[in-house]
Amino acid sequence: MYAQMIKSEKSNETPEELAAFQARIDRGERIEPKEWMPEGYRKTLIRQIGQHAHSEIVGQLPEGNWVTRAPTLERKAILLAKVQDEAGHGLYLYSACETLGVSRDELFEKLHSGAMKYSSIFNYPTLTWADMGAVGWLVDGAAIMNQVPLQRTSYGPYARAMIRICKEESFHQRQGYSVMMKMAQGTEAQKAMAQDALNRFWYPALMMFGPSDAESVHSEQNMAWKIKINSNDELRQRFVNETVPQAHYLGLTVPDENLKFNEETGNWDFSQPDWTEFFEVLKGNGPCNEERLGARRKAWDDGEWFRDGLSAYAEKSAARRAAVAAE
Amino acid sequence: MALDATQVDQKALFDWLCRMGDNALILGHRTSEWCGHGPVLEEDIALANTALDLIGHTQMWLGLAGEVEGAGRTADNLAYLRDAMQFRNVKLVELPNGDIGQTIMREFLFDAFHFEMLTALVASADARVAEIAAKALKEVAYQFDRSSDLVVRLGDGTAESHDRMQAALEHFWPYTGEMFVADAVDEAMAQAGIAPALSEIESRWDTLVSETLAEATLVCPERRADVHTGGKQGRHTEHLGYILAEMQFLQRAYPGAEW
Repeated sequence: MYAQMIKSEKSNETPEELAAFQARIDRGERIEPKEWMPEGYRKTLIRQIGQHAHSEIVGQLPEGNWVTRAPTLERKAILLAKVQDEAGHGLYLYSACETLGVSRDELFEKLHSGAMKYSSIFNYPTLTWADMGAVGWLVDGAAIMNQVPLQRTSYGPYARAMIRICKEESFHQRQGYSVMMKMAQGTEAQKAMAQDALNRFWYPALMMFGPSDAESVHSEQNMAWKIKINSNDELRQRFVNETVPQAHYLGLTVPDENLKFNEETGNWDFSQPDWTEFFEVLKGNGPCNEERLGARRKAWDDGEWFRDGLSAYAEKSAARRAAVAAE
Repeated sequence: MALDATQVDQKALFDWLCRMGDNALILGHRTSEWCGHGPVLEEDIALANTALDLIGHTQMWLGLAGEVEGAGRTADNLAYLRDAMQFRNVKLVELPNGDIGQTIMREFLFDAFHFEMLTALVASADARVAEIAAKALKEVAYQFDRSSDLVVRLGDGTAESHDRMQAALEHFWPYTGEMFVADAVDEAMAQAGIAPALSEIESRWDTLVSETLAEATLVCPERRADVHTGGKQGRHTEHLGYILAEMQFLQRAYPGAEW
């Protein structure tokens, strides 16, 4: 999550170069790593893909929070597989960033220093098992809504990574919905947990599409470059339209008094999330910002000796191989 | 001479299957604690994958245990509704993870046993056991490759990584003996040809482990005192109770609910 708060760069390329580049994109050509691209395009992609990668990595934490408490062996296995997929998505995405000339370590450094963001959704706590359902159903559901169009994004490695990621995300969403289904059909206590999870995750999920188009800092440039395909409001509406009937099917109530089907537009009308809260969470003042970033920093710092050890071994064995070859 | 597998004491077989299943379950649990906290992204993936494999093995072993017991208990019932004294895992797998070096070292020491055990179990007189072993062996062979490779790299890495791995080895070493101390259950399984004699596994384990440690420039402790035993009979360390309190929370708090 992904396309929030992306600012475009000003670039110094010649108008001819920029026009030729734009023409390629307009023709539907994919831009590949070693080809010429405007600096603004490159930087925006690094920010967007890097932010997505960070979100996958930080996103392991709220779900990892329930792995050891998963209620059955099957649920535990599914959750583990899901968290593993997320780390895998992080890996593809960092690799896609590397093709743009920035290393994974540099990106980590920016994450840890707060210079780069990750999706605000992961700064909310997972308080009950139903949250594993809500995260899969709503959070992965919103992510898919954002990512499906990005399979057609102009940058080749990003688009290809997104194709793999979307396949796995749709499995994640289904498993989330299946958790919710069990809970919603379960005991009174389980139903209450399911409703509470929906209450807590509904608005944060709506925030995942970024601020309303009127206030969004995204530029038309990103649309023209096909880095961003749809507007935030468009995607949010699509998400609400898909999700409301699913909530009704579960017998759960969407926590919005203004939710109403609009016969004229064919859309569900809904209330906007609290954007003040969104900007606060983005600034670092959400319920779990400190824990999440703290956990990632700790993992990185504690792992330093491990990474150094592996690097030292790799150097030694390269030297040994060279010595053998020289004999 | 192996006896007919159907003649074997079903209670002993149940117990032995719980040992296999509980080792996988508890080590899987410990491994899964790393979720999102690994030292490098590839390790996050590998640790989650290892935990996932072990939980898969648990489902098979405890599923068969429930079948053998014949009291209608499922793998989930066994995992989530037994108390510590009914758990049959060795103490080695329930000890806290420590740092990533300790986690890898413990996994290596157990993987070497697990690998040799499953290799032998593929020829078990009980076809159900042989089938599970064949499935699990593919994954455990990979786990052993991975953990032994990391032990070598970290042992022969920097001075710090070497020292940490040596300390980890010394920490876990006294717990390794329990894997090979045979009791009546192990003897009954060996006699029936269901499982190998543990003395055979021990000598193969010794070879595997000492070769890897030598390559890792780590010093194998002199001999094992084998004082930390009892897990296989349900006498555990203090740590297991906390694992179960966490793992079993939902099943205990909401009895009979379906998830």
